Amino acid sequence: MIEIAGVSKTYEDETVLDDVSLVLPESGITAIVGPNGAGKSTLLSIIARLITPSAGAVRVDGLDVQKTKSDVLAKRLAILRQVNHVGMRLTVEELVTFGRFPHCGSRPTAEDERHVREAIAYLGLEALSGRFLDELSGGQRQRAFVAMVLAQDTNYVLLDEPLNSLDMKHAAAMMKLLRRAADTFGKSIVVVVHDINFASIYADRIVAMRDGRVVLEGTSDTFMREAVLRDIYDTHIDVREVDGHRLGLHYL
Amino acid sequence: MLAGLTGGALVAAAVFMTLGAKGQWDFILAFRGTKLIGMALVAYAVATSTVLFQTITQNRILTPSVMGFDALYAAIQTAVVFFLGAHQLSIFDPRLRFIVEALIMSGLSLLLFRWLFLGRHRGLHLVVLAGIVFGVFFRSLSLMMQRLLDPNAFIVLQDQLFASFNTIDQELLLVSGVIVVATSILSRRLLARLDVLALGRDVAINLGVDYRRVVMLLFAMIAILVSVSTALVGPVTFFGLLVANLAYQALGTDRHRYTLPAATLIAIIALVGGQTIFERVFGFDTALSIIIEFTGGIAFMLLLYRDLKR
Amino acid sequence: MAVRALPAGSGIWGSAAGLILAAGLVLVLAAASIFIGVADMSVGALMEGGENGRALQLLFVSRIPRTLAIVLSGMSMGVAAIIMQMLFRNRFVEPTTTGTVEAASLGLLATALLAPALPIFSKMLVAALFALAATFLFLRFVAKIPSSASLIVPLLGLMFGGVINAVTTFLAYRYDLLQSLAAWTNGDFSSVLRGRYELLWIAGLLAALSYLAADRFTVAGLGEAFTRNLGLNYGRILAFGLCIVSLVAAAAVVTAGAVPFFGLIVANVVRMMVGDNLRRALPWVALSGAAFLLACDIAGRTLRFPYEIPVGTVVGVLGSAIFLYLLLRRRARFG
Repeated sequence: MIEIAGVSKTYEDETVLDDVSLVLPESGITAIVGPNGAGKSTLLSIIARLITPSAGAVRVDGLDVQKTKSDVLAKRLAILRQVNHVGMRLTVEELVTFGRFPHCGSRPTAEDERHVREAIAYLGLEALSGRFLDELSGGQRQRAFVAMVLAQDTNYVLLDEPLNSLDMKHAAAMMKLLRRAADTFGKSIVVVVHDINFASIYADRIVAMRDGRVVLEGTSDTFMREAVLRDIYDTHIDVREVDGHRLGLHYL
Repeated sequence: MLAGLTGGALVAAAVFMTLGAKGQWDFILAFRGTKLIGMALVAYAVATSTVLFQTITQNRILTPSVMGFDALYAAIQTAVVFFLGAHQLSIFDPRLRFIVEALIMSGLSLLLFRWLFLGRHRGLHLVVLAGIVFGVFFRSLSLMMQRLLDPNAFIVLQDQLFASFNTIDQELLLVSGVIVVATSILSRRLLARLDVLALGRDVAINLGVDYRRVVMLLFAMIAILVSVSTALVGPVTFFGLLVANLAYQALGTDRHRYTLPAATLIAIIALVGGQTIFERVFGFDTALSIIIEFTGGIAFMLLLYRDLKR
Repeated sequence: MAVRALPAGSGIWGSAAGLILAAGLVLVLAAASIFIGVADMSVGALMEGGENGRALQLLFVSRIPRTLAIVLSGMSMGVAAIIMQMLFRNRFVEPTTTGTVEAASLGLLATALLAPALPIFSKMLVAALFALAATFLFLRFVAKIPSSASLIVPLLGLMFGGVINAVTTFLAYRYDLLQSLAAWTNGDFSSVLRGRYELLWIAGLLAALSYLAADRFTVAGLGEAFTRNLGLNYGRILAFGLCIVSLVAAAAVVTAGAVPFFGLIVANVVRMMVGDNLRRALPWVALSGAAFLLACDIAGRTLRFPYEIPVGTVVGVLGSAIFLYLLLRRRARFG
């Protein structure tokens, strides 16, 4: 369980997060949605100790992320941020092997190698495993990073816009894959997504943010309503039901 | 690859020791031997500090000397003479003074680094330009303090500041040797974490590295290594840039287990080999550093230009 | 600052009053510069005319030439820098960040080696040709760089200068001319005497002449397409500007030595205060250049009296500190 208690973040005179309190469960997919500048990425980074909050605290399974040793947390929680620029020349397999670093340092055991192989297979990267990262397309590189985070084998996986730079086919495949990981391994996956329809279809819970505050927590049914969406996005979005899923037609 | 480089370094050392040697062997061995050890230490210090620095800052263009760190060290040396005076200074053991200066250097460069790199995010070009201007600032400051010194103190200082590959300070060799051994043991222990660090701050923290602590530790190490090389032979701006990039190119991998020794070996080959050629074959003495500046400057421009085209 | 506070319409009067004030400051500093020195140079000593008018002779042979040299250098280096900034469309260029000064030294070294008998004026012309070639080459080289990467231009320029300098150093080292080389690139006015600074008048004259083309330079600063659209000949403006810059750099190198970052600081401070319109900015650049260099020289002469600190070193400390401040003050400004 991840408990977020009264977290705020201010830069000089700008408030990015304003007293956010939230509990994220031990399993299932949580989607964080909201307009640009709502503070979604900042919240994710604070949960993962990449940014120090100005006030409040975050506890992962009862461990305060600011006070717990970094390597202890790395076995419980993994994060992937939006921009992953690596200056190093690494192969896909080498990158994914780094996911095992919290467990084995630089000496992978047979067990670690199994995890790496599985993660690569899970993302369908077998054919590319010997290729260097800088030879891949943006989408392939993104999948390699997701594989690294999965190889880390943590209960909590935080992904900041993992669908960025993926085409339609791979975006849907990525969400299906996350769904499967949550169902078969019982992981808790927290994703920031822009497309509300992906959130509606694949997430168990939706957290909507705006102006640094959480404005709504609930399921697709409570979130995907025209009145609710108007409050969050300041624009009209038609909501229709297709095959039991609520979809927002924001193109209209 | 590493075996080949080791061979190359050994050959360069052997040629340096024997080529054109006439007369008393034990004298030649002692004389050229100290010089060889000095150059090897400098090669290690420059190569290691550059690779570590590039890992922390995640790029291939910045080096400690491009950022004006060796100019900072020269300024510290001058400031020590300036504030203590030549008379007070002669009481101190030069080795003790070196250690004190290296400590001041670590403190100041840590501050400079934190100011430039941590805190708010600045673009790479801004940081590099600021570093170069810092270099000019520290150099001018040293010059100014030197002018303000009384002539006696200036002579004391001149001995240190005009260090070059030909006048390696023998008294410092032992201290430098100890430091180099200590840092290499430390860097061996950090080796695995170095690779993770090169993936960037966020990924490194995600993988459980205590980022702040490791970076500060590495930075202290870099500062001490820069002090070693500057104290021994004076500033060499582009040498580190050249050897580190040659090592990355030659290896095709960025694992520190390979890049650190490879960069050191390439540095030894370049220094010892270059010095042999210039001293024995052409008969120049100080040309080597000029050649390094020339090729290094061109390499730097090409790297910048290539980066821009990406 | 006061100038900026005034509404745009009343700017002419504001600047005019401000300029007169600035000119007064330059005069005061120049007077101070004349009367500071090892030998007694009080007004009393001058009036006395004792010892066969030694003081008077000193005044005309050493002190006045020195002060004039500083004023002329300060003015022309500032003007050269702001013209370059317009032509390169970049705030961080000036003759010492683009290889111009280094190329001029290389040219001077070439004449010293190949044609030592050449009169000094011809040597300066050769140095100017080298400077012109290098600056033009560099301008072509960086023309392809998008303007968003503005910091890379001075970065490449400093490297370019470094490479030229390595060649020069190597030659100077081979032919035992290292000492003269050091004098060319680090400004020092202590050895200026009558008969050894007059080339700076050419630089000063060119700086004054550039005022005639002030509007053209401002337009060129808005871009080549913009300039052509207004029906102006961009190539001619470029050529004229580069010639001024090269000759100023060469004159500085041949006489007292160039001063690193000097023009850059002056031009940036002035542009911050009165804006980028050269018709308004050029007189300010000239006056503040002269005032700043005079002040630095006076500081260099008084800090460790009776010894002197070269003005290049004083500016190196002050100038790089100001430059750093300009760079790091706000990241948004220069992105």
